[in-house]
Amino acid sequence: MLKRLALLILLLTPLPLVSVPLAAQHMEPTLSDPAAEARARTLSKELRCLVCQNQSIEESNASLARDLRRIVRERIAVGDSDRQVLDYLVSRYGEWVLLTPRFNASTLLLWIGPGLLMALGILAVLMVQRRQRRALAEAPPAAPLSEAERKRLADLMKNEG
Amino acid sequence: MRFLPLLVFIVIGIGLAVGLTLNPREIPSALIGKPAPDFALPALEGRAKADNQGLSKTDLQTGQPSLVNVFASWCLPCRVEHPLLNQLAREGIAPIHALNYKDQPRDATRWLNELGDPFSRIGADKDGRVSIDWGVYGVPETFVVDGKGEILCRHVGALTEHDVETKIRPILNDLKAGRESRVKC
Repeated sequence: MLKRLALLILLLTPLPLVSVPLAAQHMEPTLSDPAAEARARTLSKELRCLVCQNQSIEESNASLARDLRRIVRERIAVGDSDRQVLDYLVSRYGEWVLLTPRFNASTLLLWIGPGLLMALGILAVLMVQRRQRRALAEAPPAAPLSEAERKRLADLMKNEG
Repeated sequence: MRFLPLLVFIVIGIGLAVGLTLNPREIPSALIGKPAPDFALPALEGRAKADNQGLSKTDLQTGQPSLVNVFASWCLPCRVEHPLLNQLAREGIAPIHALNYKDQPRDATRWLNELGDPFSRIGADKDGRVSIDWGVYGVPETFVVDGKGEILCRHVGALTEHDVETKIRPILNDLKAGRESRVKC
């Protein structure tokens, strides 16, 4: 048992030696403070990878995304607020880098557009309903049934039953 | 009133059709009309040029407009646009400076020796940090900078004859004539 354990340890020891330089090559930036690292991850999910466009830099493998992840952590390390980190990248890449567009004059339609369309739809339905109701109310009252018609209706009802 | 749905359909149709013609890869630069970022990059090591100097912001504030091209030896579209840059340099359209993006000096110098070196100054941006300050997200990119160091135009992707004649040259001509450029970039 002991021998086998020693063998196992022997087999496993070279692994870290090999993987350390490999890991250093693709060095993934991380902050030692877990709270700061969590902030960096949340922010990275909010930032668009400019090469792959519809991925966040947190999800992307592109080298630019990795550089931007590093920059996010650097900004946090020097004490930037979340807003300041985002502003730092917006000043370089424009608002487009944000996966959630900010609310301003140029994005007004984007933000309120769906609500506006919904309101228009409800308005249209209400208008159509009102017109139908009015048409119904304004229609001349139906003439009373004649004797023959009343008999035919009664027959029909009986057959149905 | 009966034609309202048809009208709505046509408007939406036209809107979507216009959307299809837009290039989603062309991201408007945040830096147009703004001064170039502060930067100072060392020269490209081993470059076969007597006057081999690095690039910094002050080199773009000489009173003379210039072009700044972001290139890398590992970038294929850079190879495609390179003959055009050579031609523009021969013609003397403006000083063409370069940011050598995330490259090995050895590879970059070999590349320039093979394809020709149209550049005035080259800043070696080994870690790509300065390029990020320029808002670069892919190579090649080409910027037109006026004599005060303000960025007027950014072109993403390999430069073509058409881009030069419709964007780069008109802007440079406007600058030389001292008039406000109306070229959309």
